[in-house]
Amino acid sequence: MYNFDIETPSTVKDAVAALKQEDAQPLGGGQTLIPTMKQRLAMPSALVSLKGIDEMRGICEDDDGRLCIGGSTTHAEVAAGAGKYPALAALAGQIGDPAVRNRGTIGGSVANNDPAACYPAAVLASGATVTTDRREIAADDYFQGMFTTALEEGEIVTEVKFPVPEKAAYMKFEQPASRFALVGVFVAKFADGVRVAVTGASEEGVFRWSEAEAALTSDFSAGALEGLSLSGDGMISDLHGSGDYRAHIVKVMTKRAVEAA
Amino acid sequence: MKVTMTVNGQTRTGEVEGRTLLSSFLRENLGLTGTHVGCDTSQCGACVVHVDGKDVKACTMFAAECEGAEVATIEGQSAPDGTLNKIQQAFQDYHGLQCGFCTPGMVMTAAALLRDNPTPTEAEVREYLEGNICRCTGYHNIVRAILAASGQEVPAVAAE
Ligand SMILES: Cc1cc2nc3c(=O)[nH]c(=O)nc-3n(C[C@H](O)[C@H](O)[C@H](O)COP(=O)(O)OP(=O)(O)OC[C@H]3O[C@@H](n4cnc5c(N)ncnc54)[C@H](O)[C@@H]3O)c2cc1C
Ligand code: FES
Ligand code: FES
Repeated sequence: MYNFDIETPSTVKDAVAALKQEDAQPLGGGQTLIPTMKQRLAMPSALVSLKGIDEMRGICEDDDGRLCIGGSTTHAEVAAGAGKYPALAALAGQIGDPAVRNRGTIGGSVANNDPAACYPAAVLASGATVTTDRREIAADDYFQGMFTTALEEGEIVTEVKFPVPEKAAYMKFEQPASRFALVGVFVAKFADGVRVAVTGASEEGVFRWSEAEAALTSDFSAGALEGLSLSGDGMISDLHGSGDYRAHIVKVMTKRAVEAA
Repeated sequence: MKVTMTVNGQTRTGEVEGRTLLSSFLRENLGLTGTHVGCDTSQCGACVVHVDGKDVKACTMFAAECEGAEVATIEGQSAPDGTLNKIQQAFQDYHGLQCGFCTPGMVMTAAALLRDNPTPTEAEVREYLEGNICRCTGYHNIVRAILAASGQEVPAVAAE
């Protein structure tokens, strides 16, 4: 790993200021960034640790009944503390392994937007809002393809606000070696419609399966998905599964999520 | 830069770079080589230690992030006279190790599990060990050792 300076600000304001240095990068739980730096795929000159910023940590509810999770809140803290949104707590409790969940943060996961990560599916299916140090971004505008988001240079995810659906479930088809999602589907049923977000499958990263959303909005049952099919074109194809295989698994996982919701 | 943390109850200070991993600090600065580095890619769990009471991978955290933290490693698990703790003794009694490379991480992970969940089911033990890889034992005896350490009855053969 190349060397760098490490800074530990205690406010968002100080972190934003520190990130103005050339080649400075935020450090969340480091569960993605540190392995990446070891491979020299990232070589920041300074890391600005967000872990010591108290205002970015914790779970609360806002006046609209949304569940608000600070950007530095760990996966383990969400698994234990998001009881108001059980599908989200369950998703957080399935990320990686216990040690990864004790360090990794929701802000880091959402900022990284790995095409096989779990949180992006929850954020998109919930129609959540990503709050940064400078603005609020709707989930539909936030994810812009694998490892790509609406975030600007030095912008920090300070909070994610989740509207809580009537029913929801996340079904993860785990890639057993990496423990990431080979395919993951998050289904969320709100009073005004159903949202379905798929991770792990597409070369474009997390996406909404609109045909399934329409079918489930008129009939929230696994049977409503029967006639639908998804094309394997544009799906990730690798040694773990072909594009067609992933497309098939998306439908299976969507059905299971509806049944579990 | 200088970093100071409490390791197994003792205040330890050392000179580190930004990139110094907690695993390197423990092994190289402090000579605590019980924390093993199996993969260095955050996959194997041989390096698991506790930081402020949480089990973490010491190879995936910087020493500088541990300023002021309480760190517990495998060296602090036995009594000062060398008497093994309950988990360590159970690993010996139930042959929960062969080469022993994964064992420090297994023991520290088991300690974290049993603190939060003193009487886990076999399935819960297996799930909690998801991030700990063992190339030798096939896991059955590790699972049995942890069940024994929890004071529960140990199945003759752990389920597949
Ligand atoms: C063995 C293993 C298994 C895993 N399994 C899964 C899994 O099943 N599902 C899953 O979803 N993930 C999985 N992960 C990834 C894990 O969830 C990471 O914690 C997460 O992707 C990144 O979060 P972090 O806080 O560790 O971020 P870091 O690694 O610190 O940072 C990641 C990136 O985000 C940036 N960043 C960090 N925080 C912020 C912020 N608040 N605002 C803006 N930018 C920020 C960093 O600069 C960096 O570019 C796994 C990781 C490991 C090592
Ligand atoms: S050495 Fe840390 S996880 Fe393998
Ligand atoms: S005993 Fe050899 S790796 Fe586990």
